[in-house]
Amino acid sequence: MKISIASGKGGTGKTTLAVNLAAYLALEHDVILADLDVEEPNSGLFIHGNKTYEQAVYRMIPEWDSEKCSLCSLCTEVCAFHAISRVHDDILVFPQLCHSCYACSELCPVNALPMVQKKIGTLKQFESGKLTLIESILDIGEEQAVPLIKQAIQFADESFPEETIRIFDAPPGTSCPMVEAVKHADKVILITEPTPVGLYDLQLAVETLQALQKAFVVVLNRYDIGNSHISEFCRDKQIPLIATIPNQRKIAECYSRGELLYHTIPEVKFALDQILEYFHIPLQAS
Amino acid sequence: MKIAFTAKNTDWDAVIDSRFGRTNYFVIYDEETRDLSFINNRDVQSEAHGAGPRTAQRFIESGVSILITGNGPGDNAAGMLTHAGVKVYIGAGGMNVKEAYQAYLNNKLKQII
Repeated sequence: MKISIASGKGGTGKTTLAVNLAAYLALEHDVILADLDVEEPNSGLFIHGNKTYEQAVYRMIPEWDSEKCSLCSLCTEVCAFHAISRVHDDILVFPQLCHSCYACSELCPVNALPMVQKKIGTLKQFESGKLTLIESILDIGEEQAVPLIKQAIQFADESFPEETIRIFDAPPGTSCPMVEAVKHADKVILITEPTPVGLYDLQLAVETLQALQKAFVVVLNRYDIGNSHISEFCRDKQIPLIATIPNQRKIAECYSRGELLYHTIPEVKFALDQILEYFHIPLQAS
Repeated sequence: MKIAFTAKNTDWDAVIDSRFGRTNYFVIYDEETRDLSFINNRDVQSEAHGAGPRTAQRFIESGVSILITGNGPGDNAAGMLTHAGVKVYIGAGGMNVKEAYQAYLNNKLKQII
């Protein structure tokens, strides 16, 4: 089972739900929590495990060999992202625009654009009981999150038994990084809040997931503020709204101390139980 | 000397487009022949990525070596223009092409490359 926790709007509780759901499940099951918000991962603030693994993550970009180049300009024509340009007798490569598709390199008639490694970030693994946290962080100055997210998911897939439950904490928004973080999931939980922006961004996320043909449900955070537009939207669109979390000062206090919530906040434990019941994941402790 | 302006239209009264990569047109004035011509760059609007380098490539191919614009190109395009030896002047945003040319003649624009 792979569950992605996403949202259109930022700050609606993705990480709060992801860390609590993962830690709660890990009371009895083997669980991997992959923090895929690689531009600013923060699940590690709440999961205090021992670091058991670390590796650098790379992506491949072309490097121009001026000796071999015949200046045919084919590379500049095939690049869909304009990451290669010719200026007079030089070929310039823009690594931040390159999507590592290899087209320029493979199609170059004189092999003047070999692909070389470029470090983009770091992947770390932490263990805490039955819970494994995979945290990837993008290097400062890197613009592309997708290759790092892809490799973190691949690492989670290949390094652990298939029956291990995987929870993916997705980046906010609905652009490429979010798409990468949800497209491998069996189910997506969209967490939002009952505000006008929460509704607007939920609609964008719903459209994105529909285009991806993903099964998804909604969890409503701070359900007791704002208005009832989210629940009406879910009812109209026949989207299951499977759990709610209240707006409580005590939740914010625990969060600010980096604490998990299900031990001390009964409403959060109740919401987690509702989610697990919906996904048919049994937990004796509940 | 030929001078290019990033512009929203194709004549002397056209407003300068502050953006380089996604400018609609380059209006080009030839100081020797006093001809005004233009390059259509509107197809770049449909590009999701890499508008700057694409526009820079087109501009460099035109052979014009002086560019007058508003905000200035981004890093990728600026790198190409530097490499090609183009002189870039900024600060003409909000002017029309005629005013921008006068400002250039009066040294009122800032040269960044």
